[in-house]
Amino acid sequence: MPYQRVKFYQTGTFTVGNRLLDESNRTVQAGMDRTNSLNSGHRACQGCGEALGARYALDAVMRATHQQMVAVNATGCLEVFSSPYPESAWQIPWLHSLFGNAPAVASGVAAALRAKGRKDVRVIAQGGDGATVDIGFGCLSGMFERNDDVLYVCYDNEAYMNTGVQRSGSTPPRAWTNTTQAVGVDPGNPMGIGKNLPRIAMAHGIPYVATASVADLHDLEAKVTKAMNFRGARYIHIHVPCPLGWKSDPAHTIKVARLAVESGLFPLIEAEGGEVTDRTPIRKQVPVEQYLELQGRFKHLFHPRDERALEAIQAIADANIHRYQLLPVKA
Amino acid sequence: MKHHIEGSQAVAHAIALCRPEVMACYPISPQTHIVETLSRKVKAGEIGNCQFLNVESEFGALSVLIGASAMGARTYTATTSQGLLFMAEAVYNAAGLGLPIVMTIANRAIGAPINIWNDHSDSMSMRDAGWIQLFAEDNQEAVDLHIQAFRLAEELSCPVMVCMDGYILTHAYEVVDLPTQEQVDGYLPAFEPVQVLDPQDPVSIGAMVGPEAFAEVRYLAHDKHLRALEAIPRLSQAFQDIFQRRSGGLLKAYHTDEAETILLALGSVNGTIKDAVDDLRKEGWPVGSLALCAFRPFPSHALRHVVQDAKRIIVFEKDLAVGKGGIVSSDVKMALRGLPTIVDTVIAGLGGRPIPKASVINTVKQACLEGLEEPHFLDLNWDAINRELTRQQAQRRSGPTAENILREIGAPGASPI
Amino acid sequence: MERKPFAITLNPASSLANHTGNWRTMRPIYVDHLPPCNQGCPAGENIQGWLYEAEEGKYEQAWRKIMEENPFPAIHGRVCYHPCETACNRGQLDEPVSIHAVERFLGDYAIEQGWQVEAGVETGKRVLVVGAGPSGLSAAYHLARLGHAVTIIEAGPKPGGMMRFGIPQYRLPRNVLDAEIARIVAMGVSIHLNQKVDNLETTIQEGEFDAVFLAIGAHLSKRVDIPGRDAGRMIDVLGFLKGMDGRAVPKIGRRVVVYGGGDTAIDAARTAKRLGAEETILIYRRDRGHMPAHDFEVEEALEEGVLTRWLQTIRQVDNTTLTVEEMTLDEQGRPQPTGRIETLEADTVILAVGQEVDTGFLEDVPGLDISSDGVIQVDASMMTGRAGVFAGGDMVPAERTVTVATGHGKKAARHIDAYLRGSEYRKPSPNTVAAYDRLNTWYYTDADKNRQPYLDLARRRASFEEVVGGLDTDTALLEARRCLSCGNCFECDTCYGVCPDNAIIKLGPGQRYEVNYDYCKGCGVCAEECPCGAIDMVKEVR
Ligand SMILES: Cc1cc2nc3c(=O)[nH]c(=O)nc-3n(C[C@H](O)[C@H](O)[C@H](O)COP(=O)(O)OP(=O)(O)OC[C@H]3O[C@@H](n4cnc5c(N)ncnc54)[C@H](O)[C@@H]3O)c2cc1C
Ligand SMILES: Cc1ncc(C[n+]2csc(CCOP(=O)(O)OP(=O)(O)O)c2C)c(N)n1
Ligand code: SF4
Ligand code: SF4
Ligand code: SF4
Ligand SMILES: [Mg+2]
Repeated sequence: MPYQRVKFYQTGTFTVGNRLLDESNRTVQAGMDRTNSLNSGHRACQGCGEALGARYALDAVMRATHQQMVAVNATGCLEVFSSPYPESAWQIPWLHSLFGNAPAVASGVAAALRAKGRKDVRVIAQGGDGATVDIGFGCLSGMFERNDDVLYVCYDNEAYMNTGVQRSGSTPPRAWTNTTQAVGVDPGNPMGIGKNLPRIAMAHGIPYVATASVADLHDLEAKVTKAMNFRGARYIHIHVPCPLGWKSDPAHTIKVARLAVESGLFPLIEAEGGEVTDRTPIRKQVPVEQYLELQGRFKHLFHPRDERALEAIQAIADANIHRYQLLPVKA
Repeated sequence: MKHHIEGSQAVAHAIALCRPEVMACYPISPQTHIVETLSRKVKAGEIGNCQFLNVESEFGALSVLIGASAMGARTYTATTSQGLLFMAEAVYNAAGLGLPIVMTIANRAIGAPINIWNDHSDSMSMRDAGWIQLFAEDNQEAVDLHIQAFRLAEELSCPVMVCMDGYILTHAYEVVDLPTQEQVDGYLPAFEPVQVLDPQDPVSIGAMVGPEAFAEVRYLAHDKHLRALEAIPRLSQAFQDIFQRRSGGLLKAYHTDEAETILLALGSVNGTIKDAVDDLRKEGWPVGSLALCAFRPFPSHALRHVVQDAKRIIVFEKDLAVGKGGIVSSDVKMALRGLPTIVDTVIAGLGGRPIPKASVINTVKQACLEGLEEPHFLDLNWDAINRELTRQQAQRRSGPTAENILREIGAPGASPI
Repeated sequence: MERKPFAITLNPASSLANHTGNWRTMRPIYVDHLPPCNQGCPAGENIQGWLYEAEEGKYEQAWRKIMEENPFPAIHGRVCYHPCETACNRGQLDEPVSIHAVERFLGDYAIEQGWQVEAGVETGKRVLVVGAGPSGLSAAYHLARLGHAVTIIEAGPKPGGMMRFGIPQYRLPRNVLDAEIARIVAMGVSIHLNQKVDNLETTIQEGEFDAVFLAIGAHLSKRVDIPGRDAGRMIDVLGFLKGMDGRAVPKIGRRVVVYGGGDTAIDAARTAKRLGAEETILIYRRDRGHMPAHDFEVEEALEEGVLTRWLQTIRQVDNTTLTVEEMTLDEQGRPQPTGRIETLEADTVILAVGQEVDTGFLEDVPGLDISSDGVIQVDASMMTGRAGVFAGGDMVPAERTVTVATGHGKKAARHIDAYLRGSEYRKPSPNTVAAYDRLNTWYYTDADKNRQPYLDLARRRASFEEVVGGLDTDTALLEARRCLSCGNCFECDTCYGVCPDNAIIKLGPGQRYEVNYDYCKGCGVCAEECPCGAIDMVKEVR
C-alpha cells in the first residue's frame, strides 16, 4: 500500500489522526483545516455511511487538487439529503442532473475544461450503486471507454435506498430488500446474480480502478489521492453501509463495513490499466456470519439458521480471498 | 457567399461559425450528415479548441452538454426521432436547469413501426419540455436560425431546438448564402453564463425543490418563454441588420391580408403551401398562409393579430395526437378563443408521406365548400384501412398491422416469399 | 437581487441553517475512565497519563507525572512486581505494556539529567517519620511537597529499609537507590540514622512533632522448629542478606540450602550462588506452582543454577547432614507428610520463612491496636488508634511490597496533611474502569513488546552486577506507544473523522474535542469507533 505502514504501537496508522505521526502522514480527515466538502446540516439518516464516504472521498480530492474541483452527482440519497431547497450542504461546485447520467455530465464538464484549456480544475462524478451499476451504467461505460478525465466514485450501499430500499445489481445474495423480500423459497435476493462493477471497470482498461471502504480511511484516502495522480477515467467503488436499508444499528456503520472487509466479502483492491496491482490484506479474518448477523436484512438466514446460505456466502468470501490473496503472508 | 450545398453541410458550417466549445453526438438518420461534418471540422482544427465527443447514446450526448454548459461552455448537438425520445429525460433536465444548449432536430417520425422519414412527431413529443422550438422553412432559414438560436439561448439561459425537416431539408441541395465568420462574430457575443461551476464560487446547481417552490420555478420557466416572445422578433431584426435578410421571427404571413382562409403550417411544407396559395388565389380563392417559425413559445398574440379577420384557418400538421387529432391546431384554437374563426386540422405528411400541392388545393376547396371532418387525414388509403379493420374483427390473432397494411397496398418486399 | 437561478441553485453550506441536533435521542459525551493499570498500581500512579507524555518523547513531563504519586520510578521500575501489567488490557491483545521498563527508563533518565523536585511552601508543621524504608521515605517526600518539615528517625546505618538490606544489588543497584533517596533529602527532609525510636511519646514531645508516620517494616525473621544439634549452621535470611551490605561477606561454605518458597528465599539462593556456593538448593514444602515467589524470579534463579527440591520439608539438621521428608499435596493444595525420608549434605541452611513486625516499643502507646499476628491496625486514613499517629508499609495489614509501602506513604501523607490543616482528605471517587470490552482494538497496530536486555549467565552467576538492563530512549518510546490509552482520549482524531455529520469539533493539540450538539444526530458512531472507549452515549434529556 502506498500509505505509511509503520508498526505503530498505540496509535497505528488506522486511527483517523495520530498526534505522534508527522503532519504529512496524517489523514485529510484529521486536519483542523479539512474542507468538509459535505457540511453539517445535511439530512442523511443517523450513521449514514454514504454521507461519511462522500466527505472522505471529496475532501481527499480537494486536498489533491488544491481545492480546484467540480463534482457531479447522480440522483439518490446523497443528492437528496444534501441539497433540498433552500439548503445545500456542499461547499464545492456541485451539479446534479439526473439519476442515470452523472458520468456523461462529468464527461461534459471535463470536455468544457479541455476546451477552455483549464488543466487545474478536476472533475469527479459520484452516485449510488443504483446510479452506477444499473441505470447509469451505459454512460459510465462510455465515459470509461472514451477515457475522459473523470474520477467516478460509486457509494455502494447495495440497494436503491433513496426510493425506500429496493434491489439493485449490487444487492448481495440473500439480502432482504423491499423487492427481494424474505419470503418463499430461498428468501431474499437470489444467489448467483448481480454484477461486480470494479471488475467490469477494469475490463475497460482504464488507468485506475480501486475499491475502498469507510472502514479504512487511510486506504481510502490513499486511493483517492492516487487516483488524482492519473489523467483519464478512474473508478473508485466505496462500500458504505446504510443503517436504514441494512437494518443495522447506526452506531455500527463502520463496524459493519469493517467486517465486510475482514470477512473477505468486500475485497480492497487496486488495478491499473486493467490489471490488479495491489490488495489490502485482511488484518484479522472473521467468518461472514459475524458480518451478516449485525444486519437485519440477513435476519432470515439465522431464524432458523440457513446453513446452506451461510456456506454459500462464506464461499463467496473465500473465493475473494483466494482471487486477491487477501490473507497476509505470514512472515 | 452563395453556395449550392446540402442542408446538413450548410447547418454544420453555420454551427462551426458559432464557435461551439463542446459537442456530443450520437448518429441517427437523417441527422448523420450534420454530425459527421462537424466531427471532421473539429478534428481538422477548424473550430478552435472545440471538443467533439462520440458518446454511447443520445441520453449521454445531451448529458455531456448539460455538464459542459454548466461549466460555461457553448454546446451543441443534433438528433431526431428515437434519439430525441432516448434523451427525453435530459431534455427536460437541461431546460429545468436553464442551460442554453442548442440542438438541431432533423425531424423524423417515431416508431413503431420504425420509419426514418420526416414528420414532426418527435419535436411535438418534447413541446412542453421547456425548450424553445424554432422551425425552419428552408435551408437558408435553417442556417440562420442556428445562429440566432445560440444568441437567444444564451441571452435567456434557455435551451433551443432548431427543427428542420429530415431529408426534405437535411439532404436537400439548395443555394444557401453562407455567412462569414465576421458576420457571425458580430452577431453572437461570447457566452456569459448566469451560473457556472466555479471553484472560486462554489454553488450547488440542481437542487431538489419541493412543493413550496416548485410551482414558482416552473412559472419562472414559463416567464422565460414569455420573454422569448419579445426576444425572437428582436433578434431576428438584429440578424437582418447584419446579414441583410429576413429569417426567423415568430411567424411569417403570406397573403394573409384580406384572406378569408388561411393555411397554417410548420417547416418546409410551407413552400408547397405557398405554391398552393398562389394557385388558389389565381383561381380567385381569398386564401393566404402563415408559417409558424416559433412553436415554443407559442406566439398566440402575434397569431391572433394576423388572422383575426379570417373566417377559417386550416392547420396542416405533420403529427398526430393519437386519440385526439391535431396538436398545432389545438394551440391555434386556444390562441383564437373568443373569435368565430373556424379552425380545421389536416393531419398530413406522416412518416414522410408526400404532401402534394394538388391535395392541399383540394382540401382547401373541400373545407371552404363543404367543411372538413375533424381531424381530416390527408390522402388516407381508406380501402387498406377498412380491409385491415375487417380482418382484425374476424380473427383474434390478426398479426402485425404494419406488415398487413404493406401487403394490402402491395408495397415491394412486403409479400412473404 | 439574487443573481443565481431561483431554488435550483443554492449557496454553499447553506445547510448549516438546518440544526439536525434535534433528531437526537442519545448524546455522546467525552469521559475519562479509569485505566486498569492505574487501578492496579498500589502506588496510585497515573500510568496511562505518564505513558501518554512518554509516547511523545516528553520524558520530563512523564517523569514529573510519576513523581506526583511516587518518588521512586527508578526503584519501582526494577523491583515492583508490576500488578499494573497484570491488569493491563493490552495483555488480552498480545502482551501487556512493559510499564515497569518505561518507568525505570524514566527514573534512570531523571537521575542522569539530575531532575529535582521542589518542596512545598513551608507550613510550619513538623512531622516525625519512624523508619527510612520505602514507606517512610515516600511519606516524607509527599509531606515535604506539601510544605511540612519532616524528620526521619532510622535505626539502621543507611536509609532504604528492605530496599537496601533485603533486595539484593543485582536487582537494585545501590547507586540507583542512593540517588532517589538523595533527591528526597535535597528537598529538606532530615534523616537521623542509627537511632532506634524506643519511646514514641517521648520522641514526639522532645521533637515537638505535630504528627507521626510509623513505617518500621517487618524485620523479625519468623522461626521454625527444626531440631538440630548445630544451630550455628542455620542462619536467618534477613541477617544473611543484611550482611551483604556490611564489610564482611557472610561465610556460607560450598553447599547451601535455602528453606522457603517466597521471593526472599529466591533472593537468598541467588545471592548464595553469587557468593560462590557450588551447590545451592532451594527446599520448599509445596510444588513450583504453589510457590509464593513470582515465577519470573524462580525462572531467573533456575537459569543461574539454583537447584530445587519441591515438596520437601526439613525435619532435622545434624551438623552438615539434613534430614528431609517428602510431602504430598492434598486437595486444598496443603502439604501432607508421606513418611518418606531422605538425607543430604549442607554447610549452611538459610531460613526464609517469613517476617514479623517488631512492635515492642509500641506496646505502651495509648490507643494503638496491635493484632494477634503482630501488625498495627489503621483506619481508612492510615491513622492508628492514637490520634496523629499514622502507620503504613509492612507493619500494617497489607501486601508486603515496596509499592504498597510507597503507596501507603503517599496516602498517609495526604491524610496527615489534612489532619494538620484540620480538614479531611477526600480522594476523588474513581471513574469506572475502562475494561477491555470498551476498546475498539482494530485501530491498534500489532506491536511486539520491547524486551529488556539480560546480563549474560556467566556474569550473573559470578557477580552482583544488575541482571536486567534498561530500555533506551528509542525502545522506551516504542514501548510507551504500545499503550492503548484505555478509557482516556489520546487525540487520535477518530471521532472527529468518523462523524457523518461533522459534529465533532477538534479543539487543537492537547485541547481534545467537543461535540457540536447543533448537528450531532446521536448516531453513536464516534462512541463505537473510539479506540479507547473515551466516549459514552447517554440518554438525551430535553
Ligand atoms: C529479601 C527481600 C526482597 C524483597 N524484594 C522485593 C521486591 O523485589 N519487590 C517488592 O516490592 N518488595 C520486595 N520486598 C518487600 C519490601 O522490601 C518491603 O515490603 C518494603 O521494604 C516494606 O517497606 P517499609 O517501609 O514498610 O519497611 P522497611 O523497608 O522494612 O523499612 C523499615 C525501616 O524502619 C527501620 N526501623 C525499624 N524499627 C525502627 C525503629 N524502632 N526506629 C527507627 N527505625 C526503625 C528499619 O531499620 C527500616 O529501615 C522484599 C523484601 C525482602 C526481605
Ligand atoms: C430515471 C429514474 N428512475 C428512477 C428514479 C427514482 N430513483 C431516485 S433515487 C433512486 C435510487 C438510488 O439508488 P442508488 O443509486 O443506489 O443511491 P442510494 O439512494 O442508495 O444512495 C431511484 C430508484 C429516478 N430518479 N430516475
Ligand atoms: S437511507 Fe441509507 S444511504 Fe440514504 S441517507 Fe439513510 S442511511 Fe444514508
Ligand atoms: S494499555 Fe496502557 S492504559 Fe491500558 S492498561 Fe495497559 S498501560 Fe494501562
Ligand atoms: S476517538 Fe480518539 S480522539 Fe476521539 S475520544 Fe476517542 S481517543 Fe479521543
Ligand atoms: Mg444505493
